[in-house]
Amino acid sequence: MAKKNNAIYGLYSDPESAQRAVDSLRGADVPMQEIAVISSQPFDEYEFGRRDHRTPMPWLAALGGLAGGAGGFLLAVLSQKAYPLSTGGMPIVALWPSGIVTYELTMLGAILTALLILLVTARLPDWRANLYDPAVSDGKILVGVVNPREDSRVELERRLREAGAEQTKEAR
Amino acid sequence: MTEKSPKQITDDLLRPLFQTSWKFFALVAFLGVFVVAAFASFGYQVYTGIGVWGIRRPVFWAFDITNFVFWIGISHAGTLISAILRLANATWRRPVTRCAEVITVFALSIGAMFPIIHLGRPWLAFWLIPYGSERGIWPNFRSPLVWDFFAINTYLIGSVAFLTLPIIPDWALVRDKAAGWRKRVYSILALGWRGTPKQWSRLESAMHIMAIAIIPVAVSVHTIVSWDFAMAPVPMWHSTIFGPYFVAGAIFSGVAGLIIAMAALRKFLHLEEYLLPIHFDNLGKLLLMMSLLWFYFVFAERLTAWYGNAPSEMAVFWATQRGAYAPLFWTMVFCNFLLPFPILAIKQLRTITGTFIASLGVVAGMWLERFLIIVPSLGHKYLPYSWGTYQPTWVEITLMVGTFAGMVLLYALFSKAVPIISIWELKVGIHNKPAVSRQLSAPGSGKPESAGRPLAG
Repeated sequence: MAKKNNAIYGLYSDPESAQRAVDSLRGADVPMQEIAVISSQPFDEYEFGRRDHRTPMPWLAALGGLAGGAGGFLLAVLSQKAYPLSTGGMPIVALWPSGIVTYELTMLGAILTALLILLVTARLPDWRANLYDPAVSDGKILVGVVNPREDSRVELERRLREAGAEQTKEAR
Repeated sequence: MTEKSPKQITDDLLRPLFQTSWKFFALVAFLGVFVVAAFASFGYQVYTGIGVWGIRRPVFWAFDITNFVFWIGISHAGTLISAILRLANATWRRPVTRCAEVITVFALSIGAMFPIIHLGRPWLAFWLIPYGSERGIWPNFRSPLVWDFFAINTYLIGSVAFLTLPIIPDWALVRDKAAGWRKRVYSILALGWRGTPKQWSRLESAMHIMAIAIIPVAVSVHTIVSWDFAMAPVPMWHSTIFGPYFVAGAIFSGVAGLIIAMAALRKFLHLEEYLLPIHFDNLGKLLLMMSLLWFYFVFAERLTAWYGNAPSEMAVFWATQRGAYAPLFWTMVFCNFLLPFPILAIKQLRTITGTFIASLGVVAGMWLERFLIIVPSLGHKYLPYSWGTYQPTWVEITLMVGTFAGMVLLYALFSKAVPIISIWELKVGIHNKPAVSRQLSAPGSGKPESAGRPLAG
């Protein structure tokens, strides 16, 4: 099995160069899933920054909210039924106060679901040695190819350089 | 005017994490004395009993519940304001959001302690949790106190997530810059964050969803805190206006707390190039609007009571207007309206110093407001023969002072562990800006900002 950090990459100081590098790599028929881009900030306005943009997270969060709300309603109603104390002339199952618990747990369900989906889909936590370069912290954008063919390394390095890489590196 | 590179920004904002002067330790020691004193007085209270407080029949809620409402109100500085600014895509928010979100988490935690302190027997705090009991000790599930439990915990969990998620990329920056034990700690905290487009996209999606969910939760929290009072048939409490009145007051005190925190951070962490006059100007305008809104609510509440002329309500009304509580009431009006209004309304006075002074007044005024909502009403209920008054004791005062010191201490310690300004969001702000518009002007001056190159907004 190929190592995840076996790669050749370039470091770019601006997103335009990084976009050129991505385009150039695609021009060399490198599959998109093998092109790695890493940056210290999002670049939504560039095509490379919009990869994997589509996510069902809002819908799943809404479902989580529904589940939380249903759980909250059941918690409120069943608790009142289990301990039927008459208070202030209210019915044993009082819908108005139960609505508050239902509402809060609806929101909590949505928030926790969004958090969970983020962790799962962004693959966090992941402390394994993945492709990375500390220069990213200084604002450099890493564009590279994961698991490149041995006979293509020279060509890939040339393309990365031509796109404006300040530095090209290999990780094995 | 020189442009700052992403590396310079990172280095500037990580400096407080890696360099600590003796002044910081002196501050921690100074604040620590008050916090220890508060713990000691709490221990004394637990050992001796709640009789060491000044609460006497009929005033059974006083300093502790005042502090509870006050701190929950202050918590509205952060997550709520940050979420609104995020959704509105207000670009000037970037250096402000984390400073604000931290306030929420700490203020909420401090506020939530007070009902437990108020129990007198805090080891029985688990009785607040709605659980079944064979002894028949079952909290009333329809009680507003149970609503508090759910609302405050939902807000706290949501706020912790809302604060922590955008910190992860910054922890990754610290990981890359640190060495030794720090590197190991921040490597764990960063969760292996790299910054792939997918990670950024998911982070932003989650932040958007949380922002949408947390705004109504924040509003509901202080509404529900107000219902602790409004659900009771106590004069001047049983009012439909209490929900929005409390929410407005919470945002008002929260914005003031945020301005104070930002001014302190700017001064002590040397963030003059990041927390700019325009941030204080914008928050000052928000504070001005909230001051006017607060005045409207107080006027509406008082007018309704006065016009209704119900004897029980008028007893409370006159106690605060010209009776024993009048000095506190008029001080509150001064602090919340008469002082901040001219400072914030006049552009030349809406400076960092001006907004700071106005905010100090508002924080003091809002604490008084919480006190004046609680104590005069409880002291003047329906039967005049049972009227009473309240005087705090040193135990309650020490506890209160200790929580203020504790808040500052927690904030100071946090700023040593986490970049207090979101570095990656700041970089986004700079990157997305056309070069010409980066020359932000000082508000009203028409000239380029002299304090340094503006990096955000």
